[in-house]
Amino acid sequence: MAQHPPKSSLTRRRFLASAAAGSSALAATSLGVRAAGNPENLPPNVAEASKILGEGVDARPYGTPSEFEKDVVRRHVRWLTASTESSVNFTPIHELDGIITPNGLCFERHHGGIAEIDPADYRLMINGLVDKPLIFTLEDLMRFPRENRIYFLECAANSGMEWRGAQLNGCQFTQGMIHCVQYTGVPLKYILEEAGLKTNAKWLMPEGGDSSGMNRSVPLDKALDDCLVAFRMNGEALRPEQGYPVRLVVPGWEGNMWVKWLRRIEVGDKPWHTREETSKYTDLMENGKSRRFTWVMDCKSVITNPSPQAPITHDKGFTVLTGLAWSGRGTIDRVDITLDGGKNWRTARIDGPSLPMALHRFYYEFDWDGSPLLLQSRAIDSTGYIQPTKDELRSVRGTNSIYHNNGIQTWHVKKGGEVENVEVS
Amino acid sequence: MSKSLSAAIILATCALTAGPALAGKFHLGREAKPAEVAAWDIDVRPDGQGLPEGKGSVAQGDKIFQEQCAACHGDFAEGRDRWPVLAGGKGSLKSDRPEKTIGSYWPYLSTVYDYIHRAMPYGNAQSLSADETYAITAYLLHMNDLVDAKFELSDKNFTGIHLPNEKNFVEDPRPDMPEKPVAKLCMKNCKTDVKITKRAAVVNVTPTDDKNPSASID
Repeated sequence: MAQHPPKSSLTRRRFLASAAAGSSALAATSLGVRAAGNPENLPPNVAEASKILGEGVDARPYGTPSEFEKDVVRRHVRWLTASTESSVNFTPIHELDGIITPNGLCFERHHGGIAEIDPADYRLMINGLVDKPLIFTLEDLMRFPRENRIYFLECAANSGMEWRGAQLNGCQFTQGMIHCVQYTGVPLKYILEEAGLKTNAKWLMPEGGDSSGMNRSVPLDKALDDCLVAFRMNGEALRPEQGYPVRLVVPGWEGNMWVKWLRRIEVGDKPWHTREETSKYTDLMENGKSRRFTWVMDCKSVITNPSPQAPITHDKGFTVLTGLAWSGRGTIDRVDITLDGGKNWRTARIDGPSLPMALHRFYYEFDWDGSPLLLQSRAIDSTGYIQPTKDELRSVRGTNSIYHNNGIQTWHVKKGGEVENVEVS
Repeated sequence: MSKSLSAAIILATCALTAGPALAGKFHLGREAKPAEVAAWDIDVRPDGQGLPEGKGSVAQGDKIFQEQCAACHGDFAEGRDRWPVLAGGKGSLKSDRPEKTIGSYWPYLSTVYDYIHRAMPYGNAQSLSADETYAITAYLLHMNDLVDAKFELSDKNFTGIHLPNEKNFVEDPRPDMPEKPVAKLCMKNCKTDVKITKRAAVVNVTPTDDKNPSASID
């Protein structure tokens, strides 16, 4: 092993790092790449990093991103809610690539703040229309056979602020109540069969151990089909803000049903009509009637770059356009792109895995001539459902339904590369 | 050992140790004791299942409400700041700005009981007794002009109370967009004219002031 370097060169490294940070008055682009950093590091000079030792393997037992990526964070909008414990923040989808959301960037939506649960105290109770009510520890749950599945989780209120028009200027805010991770967990059917379902069992009520006592009604056939009781996300334990140590996974359905900090599942013969499926998460129509049990998340897409938080910072020429598409009913068959507000469409390429009820990543490359653009994406899922325009949605649903806005998003790219959230005719 | 014998042994061993393919039990977990279930089984259904014994009057509920609820929900459940409005809004559902309260929107009274008991007061959940929860529920009914000031709510009369909006919920009809065959989807010259009709209302998304009237998710 090399000797520990003399203290003077460590000090020099830190001095130079802070000098580089001091010159960051220049605007950051979406990769945190500043237009010009420290000229001392540019060829023909030999960069500092090429000369000195960096930190060793003992310095970062749990790694975090480069300090130059510090703008890649969840954000919340303070005036949206009365408090931060019953509120939401947003995934920085304009900064990410691929289909997997890193664990620390998954948006949060809580109704009673983040519950802090010691895994030694964790219990899952199953009661109701079962042969035997049971209690499981976390260790018990991890002894069931498990599965790995990649699924998106979208809040039904995603894009809810955009019903009446273009509101917030950034796809992090307009479509950012979404994430996609690989869950490891136990198929719920094994746990239910362990307790033994009575013949008149038709509904489940998962209940959270947080201070909102989050409860919803889940139809039994969905539960037995593909629901998971999950304890891992992207390989590691669930984050506290994603329900540590255990949450429910309800593939393709609205995020609120994926109860976090899961403490109990009651089996019953009728739905419970809880607060989150009556007062909230019901869709008020223009005729005064409201749709309830609006579970599935419809096919949707959005261009994440360029977007208002990710302007085009290069001159005209070869330009990469990228975005995300997803459907709660299956896979995405196709994503079309328009550069002129819907006059002409071309098909984008989907790159990477195409998995049911997971995010899909698309790219479209084009030669930008520097003129203004009106960008849109429209997704088509494996059922043949075509993502509607906001006008089509509003003509069916009115403007007060709050939830399930899966309308096409338009970005206005101005000369010079700035991008604005707009609606078009 | 012959090939077919060793193959048979392998097959038999696999059958014995196969996991999920075997029907029935893994023998994991333990039976929950009745007291454990009773303590966590707090849910209440519209048909009354789960309602504990108890009672509370509008007057009793008024007192508790002022002490524990009014700071956020207003003295008369009219709401304060951005905290939820629980009373009023009658006849507003078809208006431009619907007011969705217990009286104007919620379908079932059981939801009120269930939610108050499990989640309220905010920051001190599951602290109210059954009697207190009945009392607060009675007060909220009165604030919504659904019972008179002398009313007492209990597990005996609970399921007889129906909220005005109960019948106005419909099941999910989606997919609900006009049918469009993918093969006929327009790709070229689909529109003659395109105009910007709306621009971002909130360009600086995280402003320092706290005012924005139109957008809310709660």
